[in-house]
Amino acid sequence: MARRLQARRLEGTEHNPWVEYVKLAKEYKDSVNLGQGFPNFPPPDFALEAFQQAVTADHMLNQYTSAFGHPPLTKVLASFFGKLLGRELDPVTNVLVTVGAYGALFTAFQALVDEGDEVIIIEPFFDCYEPMTLMAGGHPVFVSLRPVRCWSPSQDQDLDSSSSWQLDATELASKFTPRTKALVLNTPNNPLGKVFSTAELQLVASLCQQHDVLCISDEVYQWLVYDTHEHVSIASLPGMWERTLTIGSAGKTFSVTGWKVGWVLGPDNIMKHLRTMHQNSVYHCATQAQAAVAQCFEREQLLFGQPSSYFVQLPRDMQRCRDHMVRSLQSVGFKPVASQGSYFLTVDISDFKSKMPDLPGAAHEPYDRCFVKWMIKNKGLAAIPVSIFYSRPHQKDFDHYLRFCFVKGEATFQAMDEKLQKWKAELEL
Amino acid sequence: KMSSKLKNAKRIEGLDSNVWIEFTKLAADPSVVNLGQGLPDISPPTYVKEELSKVAFVDNLNQYTRGFGHPSLVKALSCLYEKLYPNQIDPNKEILVTVGAYGSLFNAIQGLIDAGDEVIIMVPFYDCYEPMVRMAGATPVFIPLRSKAAGEKKWSSSDWTLDSQELESKFNSKTKAIILNTPHNPLGKVYTKEELQLIARLCIKYDALCISDEVYEWLVYTGNKHLKIESIPEAMRFTFKLQKNRRKQLVEGIRKAVGKDGKIGREIQTAFPFLSDKLVVLRYGGTQEQDVRKRATFPGMWERTVTVGSAGKTFSVTGWKLGWTIGPHHLIKHAQTVQQNTVYTCTTPLQEALAQALWIDLKRMDDPECYFNSLPKELEVKRDRMVHLLESVGLKPIVPDGGYFIIADVSSLDVDLSDMKKNEPYDYKFVKWMIKNKKLSAIPVSAFCNSETKSQFEKFVRFCFIKVTGGFLGRAAVAVAEAQESEQVRRTLHPAGGDDVEVSATELRIILDKAVT
Repeated sequence: MARRLQARRLEGTEHNPWVEYVKLAKEYKDSVNLGQGFPNFPPPDFALEAFQQAVTADHMLNQYTSAFGHPPLTKVLASFFGKLLGRELDPVTNVLVTVGAYGALFTAFQALVDEGDEVIIIEPFFDCYEPMTLMAGGHPVFVSLRPVRCWSPSQDQDLDSSSSWQLDATELASKFTPRTKALVLNTPNNPLGKVFSTAELQLVASLCQQHDVLCISDEVYQWLVYDTHEHVSIASLPGMWERTLTIGSAGKTFSVTGWKVGWVLGPDNIMKHLRTMHQNSVYHCATQAQAAVAQCFEREQLLFGQPSSYFVQLPRDMQRCRDHMVRSLQSVGFKPVASQGSYFLTVDISDFKSKMPDLPGAAHEPYDRCFVKWMIKNKGLAAIPVSIFYSRPHQKDFDHYLRFCFVKGEATFQAMDEKLQKWKAELEL
Repeated sequence: KMSSKLKNAKRIEGLDSNVWIEFTKLAADPSVVNLGQGLPDISPPTYVKEELSKVAFVDNLNQYTRGFGHPSLVKALSCLYEKLYPNQIDPNKEILVTVGAYGSLFNAIQGLIDAGDEVIIMVPFYDCYEPMVRMAGATPVFIPLRSKAAGEKKWSSSDWTLDSQELESKFNSKTKAIILNTPHNPLGKVYTKEELQLIARLCIKYDALCISDEVYEWLVYTGNKHLKIESIPEAMRFTFKLQKNRRKQLVEGIRKAVGKDGKIGREIQTAFPFLSDKLVVLRYGGTQEQDVRKRATFPGMWERTVTVGSAGKTFSVTGWKLGWTIGPHHLIKHAQTVQQNTVYTCTTPLQEALAQALWIDLKRMDDPECYFNSLPKELEVKRDRMVHLLESVGLKPIVPDGGYFIIADVSSLDVDLSDMKKNEPYDYKFVKWMIKNKKLSAIPVSAFCNSETKSQFEKFVRFCFIKVTGGFLGRAAVAVAEAQESEQVRRTLHPAGGDDVEVSATELRIILDKAVT
């Protein structure tokens, strides 16, 4: 064919950073994969049972359900999240079920971001926000979280906390222009693990209100918060419900990333545009997966706050995993940034950078990417370079961090410890 | 109080209404028999349900799988479709698994259609084609299917066809693609070889793509065969006058260039002085030689077609929302880019179950037990019953050659619709009257038309027959008004063909075969 094939909207979105790292992890079969963000332990029994029931019950669950969400699911999402957000939610007008949180993000961007609109993205960011902005014809405007060191006798000097990564209020304010359509917020944050405090959310909220900007709030890790931290939904702050879309994920909530069920909660006058987009893109989501998620939420609604609730057990178990990983990684010289939430732990590799500045890699390739490749080949551990979560111009400033996923099973931790012990022994030689 | 900044993006402007939302609501009343939506109420085959049950007990199928398609599924799809295409199909590069055929169409259109492009759509059309094309900023160009007079025989979907001159007039340099739907929804038309050759010739002539929606590919009834446009051997890129006395010379020359078995299997260069100087290469597709494909000067349809398939329609599991796109890598890669920016992956356990179900059936494609054979047999019976029923109450059905819908002309009943909303097409009013008064729902065919062509199809209503027999037939019989003398529906005959004699490679082979015998 002589003519140009691909649509212009794909420009700048073709490259996907994960492809390379997934390939590497596969190539080095003996390596311990702590890169990709999904659990390698089974989902909870009640989730497996819910899916088993959904696929063996009424045969009509094999057919289309309601386009905007399977009624039992939208009903329980409305009642469950209505309580959390402190308002009455209508299952039809305030809830939309999507193909994962990924699908929710895409639907929101396409429904609301126009050619020339600006979208503020807080760095480091889950990598899809940028291509989704571009595909909608928007301009991403980046603002970085930066580590702010402050001396405090009570603070563990060896451990930087993700809470000390902050936005500069003046810098953030300067990013808003008359063309700013939306701001993307991710709390708990991937990859840092930062849980935004109420005060930080209020800063974002006041700017959104002042400049009449939409807030797209990616809250997929809302149950994965550790220590004494609490997840706060920006939609629950005064003046924010009417301009916020809150995105959630069954995959991250119930450790079933393969079910690909997500949702958006928001006011009807904005949700109606997402419904229009949804009905012209995928139209329906898979029925049985939705039925299973509904049953899981019904169970959690009954057990909310109790010790047997998965939303109590999972973060408790994952906190132990996080702590184990922190100790293990410190033993070879990684400087972990204490993660307050999410599946991830970010570590500072500046010491390695000063000791081993010249690792093999392409010219101008950020150091962390070279390090990741070196580490997988020589130490049998796979992680993700954090520079892929930064915009191009800022990658060189943040080229000394790695992201590890600690939502893994016992066997993985044992294998990781073996590799680290070997590494430590090699350092002592 | 709500500010203007929080409004919708321009791409969805005007796309908010949707016939299904409106009619599904009306038909939701449990006392209404719903023959509207294309939703089977028959159970999927037992072994399909069993595979999904088995998969539900496997822990590690609950996490993310490969974005462009679960490995065992793309492998099964490639094995299945290699039986139906003339070439091999790379499971990773030439297949994409999507969120239903709907998602497949969306990815293809978003990946390949640009603002300012034109896309040809045949009317009536599955209703999402128009909004998807508009959302991509492109202009839909419509061409209606037209019916010949049925005459003595029963009115059939094969009586509806395209006027070839009219179709060519729709193509121009801005035409990026044509959307083909075979078997066709709502007519049930199964495009013939000649019709596909016409479309292929035009795509090649205007360097356009073909998006081929073949979700009903297995649902073809006796006397018909589903043909894939990619299987149409590469047509010659031009037309020339072929005189009888020259035909023999042409054949002799080709025979010399071809092997002893008389089959055209490789690139042939011919240079005959009496032929148009545009003839350079004549190539018949169907070879396994990759390098021949790459060297092709006149590529055929594989290079420019993406085909859409559906698990929902294949196995009566519409709720699984799995579909696929098959095509050459240079087209599929753009649909894959869209996937990685939209949903990233599809549901893992459902993909595994689908793979297992496909393996079962693709190993027994000649067996009557194979669902690809048994379902059309089962549906043909339901189709015939529905035709009989509709006729018996005075409607004029168009017997579909494929698919699970049947449309009927309802105007002969001359029902009093004065109570219904004024500014709506006749069929919308009729269906709403039928839901309200007869507790039977269907879909107005003008919903599948653009505004200019609605009047051509507003006497037609679409019924779905992939439904359990029994209750609905009796109810439907009672539901419709007393039989009336049906009016003869007259349609003008639109002859196909033009002045030039076009010789496709197939025809040339026929000439050759005749010459050899």
